[in-house]
Amino acid sequence: MNQNGISSLWELSSSGRRGVVIPRSDVPAAELDDKYIRKDAADLPEVSELDLIRHYTRLSTLNYSIDTRFYPLGSCTMKYNPRVNEQTARMAGFAASHPYLPESMAQGNLELMHELQKDLAELAGFKAVSLQPAAGAHGELAGVLMIKKYHESRGDTGRTRFLIPDSAHGTNPASVAMAGFEAVEVSSDDRGNIDLARLKELCDESIAGIMITNPNTLGLFEEQIIDVISTVHACGGLVYGDGANFNAIMGVVKPGDLGFDVMHYNLHKTFSTPHGGGGPGAGPVAAADSLKDYLPGPLVGRSDNGSFTFVQPAKSIGRLKAFNGNFGVLVRAYTYILSLGGNGLKAASESAVLAANYLLSRVKDVLPSWYDRICMHEFVSSGQSLGEGVHTMDLAKRLIDYGFHPPTVYFPLIVPEALMVEPTETESIEILDAFAETLRVIVKESQDQPELLHDAPHRETVSRLDEVMAVKKPVLRDIGRI
Amino acid sequence: MSYNPHTEGDRLKMLEQLGLKAVEELFQDIPESCRYPEVDIPDGLSEMEVKNRMKQLSDRNQSADDALWFLGGGIYRHYIPSVVDAVLSRGEFFTAYTPYQPEVSQGTLQALFEFQTMIGELYGMEVVNASHYDGAAAMAEAALMALRCKPGRKEIVLDEGIHPEYIQVMETYLADSAAVIRMGRADEASACFITANPSFTGQIRDLKALGEECHAAGALFIVHADPLASAFLERPGACGADIVTGEGQPLGIPMSYGGPGLGLFATTKKLIRKMPGRVVGCTQDAGGRAGCVLTFSAREQHIRREKATSNICSNQGLMALAAAVYLAALGKEGVAGTARLVYDKTAYAADALNSLEGYSVDRSHPCYREFVLNCPAPAEAVAHELQKEGIFPGLALSRFEASPYGADFKENQLLVCVTEMNSREEIDRLAKALAGYKGGSK
Repeated sequence: MNQNGISSLWELSSSGRRGVVIPRSDVPAAELDDKYIRKDAADLPEVSELDLIRHYTRLSTLNYSIDTRFYPLGSCTMKYNPRVNEQTARMAGFAASHPYLPESMAQGNLELMHELQKDLAELAGFKAVSLQPAAGAHGELAGVLMIKKYHESRGDTGRTRFLIPDSAHGTNPASVAMAGFEAVEVSSDDRGNIDLARLKELCDESIAGIMITNPNTLGLFEEQIIDVISTVHACGGLVYGDGANFNAIMGVVKPGDLGFDVMHYNLHKTFSTPHGGGGPGAGPVAAADSLKDYLPGPLVGRSDNGSFTFVQPAKSIGRLKAFNGNFGVLVRAYTYILSLGGNGLKAASESAVLAANYLLSRVKDVLPSWYDRICMHEFVSSGQSLGEGVHTMDLAKRLIDYGFHPPTVYFPLIVPEALMVEPTETESIEILDAFAETLRVIVKESQDQPELLHDAPHRETVSRLDEVMAVKKPVLRDIGRI
Repeated sequence: MSYNPHTEGDRLKMLEQLGLKAVEELFQDIPESCRYPEVDIPDGLSEMEVKNRMKQLSDRNQSADDALWFLGGGIYRHYIPSVVDAVLSRGEFFTAYTPYQPEVSQGTLQALFEFQTMIGELYGMEVVNASHYDGAAAMAEAALMALRCKPGRKEIVLDEGIHPEYIQVMETYLADSAAVIRMGRADEASACFITANPSFTGQIRDLKALGEECHAAGALFIVHADPLASAFLERPGACGADIVTGEGQPLGIPMSYGGPGLGLFATTKKLIRKMPGRVVGCTQDAGGRAGCVLTFSAREQHIRREKATSNICSNQGLMALAAAVYLAALGKEGVAGTARLVYDKTAYAADALNSLEGYSVDRSHPCYREFVLNCPAPAEAVAHELQKEGIFPGLALSRFEASPYGADFKENQLLVCVTEMNSREEIDRLAKALAGYKGGSK
């Protein structure tokens, strides 16, 4: 039979076949009342170790990944994930350390967390950092809850609305809704900035704050950022920074200097920790003087005798996660900061911005950027100039035929047929040239042979999948098991 | 180290293409007064120096591998087969993004689909999502989901034996809502009743009885179930659970100072549209070939924005892969066998320590992996003394302050944890060390 398809683990199973063998019991069997015991064994796979390794190795080859392809996903910062980070995270003192170790026996962990807090705060110009949030959205929730508690602690209870620019990530409105605020959209002006005039109309005593991604999701630095922030501050609101795009500005500008009150970092974007096919990430949250006492705790502090210890901020919103954040991710990020250093981080941002502008300049005559400005680490074009009846999604899928992972598409929502490209600083000029050339070829194909785009991709094990059927006739487990 | 491939020549070429002299010109939109600040972070190091520095830090921690280990409390030391890290170390898995482009992500998608099936089997549940940050966040999200499912009901009712840190996380997540957390049993004001099996202190719960009582009050029955224990103990799904959450760390994931772990989340088909988090489904392409996609996305933040069921985006995908590889590596018999081994060793240790003079264990309830040992002295002092000999006898429960919803722990209570990693000889050594403890009075 043809061996090119990939079976499910259950199709590879045979009753009684064993992979990893467990040790024999060296204690007597203990009794337990029948009512507590499950009646049927869980139907888990029964495969040999070789079949298991082969299964997952073959599955892995179906993925596009940073290790195998250029992966220019806008807003995701798919930079190289250094191998030394993987080795340090696996060092026994980190990987086999328990969260309830006495502090005196975990000084290495605590010092690492303390140094990482310090470096992150320094890089973005804040006073204190909590490493607890497990992802960017988790950091957002923390920041919004901090702003909520800040207003409440001042008896300022009428602030029920939160401003969200129309270019924002979906997590922003979702986070403010989770914290019980009404999300109020702020439009963008004709240069892709927050519309300052509109903002001034919206700012009043009902506004708790604003969430700003800067550079924004159009890949543009907010030209009136100082005025935007002072407008919100003037009405009593606070300013949240979504650090998803921090890779553009490390060492170039500190958001804290611009007046942001609180910001999260995505260690899995800016600080090179792997995305892992969806996670784990880490979303530390930093605060200025205004909000540092509200950070989710505990943080790591240093006591008078020089030892490191957990401390709870005075007005902390509480805990967001059990134990100490996604610690293994923190180890990787700290390794990266040590490797690059302050000078290297600045150079990384400069190179990321240079690469994005270079790439844009190579394709802008066929895929013009939506706002004609210098971009930061990413740019947003529109697929409107593609051939008749051809959409950005078709271009994205056609890129797969040429061996590239597609950029982010249809986001931000305010750009029709959006195509959002973020090359990152770790890609060579040769790859940027090849990608630009491929985009040009595909734009031409869209005019001459549009069917090539409509049917793409052509060479993968599956083509475009029926997502409507996936919802109408949900199959969420058990393929190949029954 | 910089990982930056741009040579000086490349940089000049790029600048020339842009008609610029210096890279600084690209940053002219940034207010000049704030541009290029001082950054007090030392210059970068070579890989060798970085590794030395990290090794120094690592060496200042106590590794569980170098001690006699009975410390748990939510993060456990279980055996991790070699194949788990071998699979996780494949760059095609760990350097991939969320599988939003299914045609080039079938590896991640099929692995997650199989993960959902395996966790569904362990829990006896129809729907499993592709993970949450950790067990605590999963439980908090379950409480929020219950409030969505039961509009008008405002109480989150907790069984005794919920992890104290999980309750703290839930308080943070619920800070905004009008919901009230209380301990006890569900009534007509309750959106849900949450129990943990085993409980924080290792007690095995009678899920069937608790589920019937909860449903009689019209509340959702939420079970926080240990996934490994669920291979031996009754499945929450067979006891009427509407939502099951769990911490997946015991399934092949290192302790790593408490994270990254793996938040497990399962529910019924009926409630799927209220569920937070990503889920993988199977469908077909135009040629009739089967493939996996992320589905029911209309619940999620990137589509529904402020009306989403949660703000969650990044999850713990790679840890879900670890759990799947672990479960497949041990297989049907190996997972059930390990789960049983943990039970038997826990019982052996509980009996052994209960027989020590001055110590006692309440053996009227069956326990799994953990039990409370009442010590003849403050547990903190006992632990401290034994740690000097490289024995970590457990967790002094005095660590946790009393809260209105949590148990009121006593100063002499030690939570002892036993896994398949502890041999009988190790347990006997622990008993001997405890018996020899001199610091306390009888």
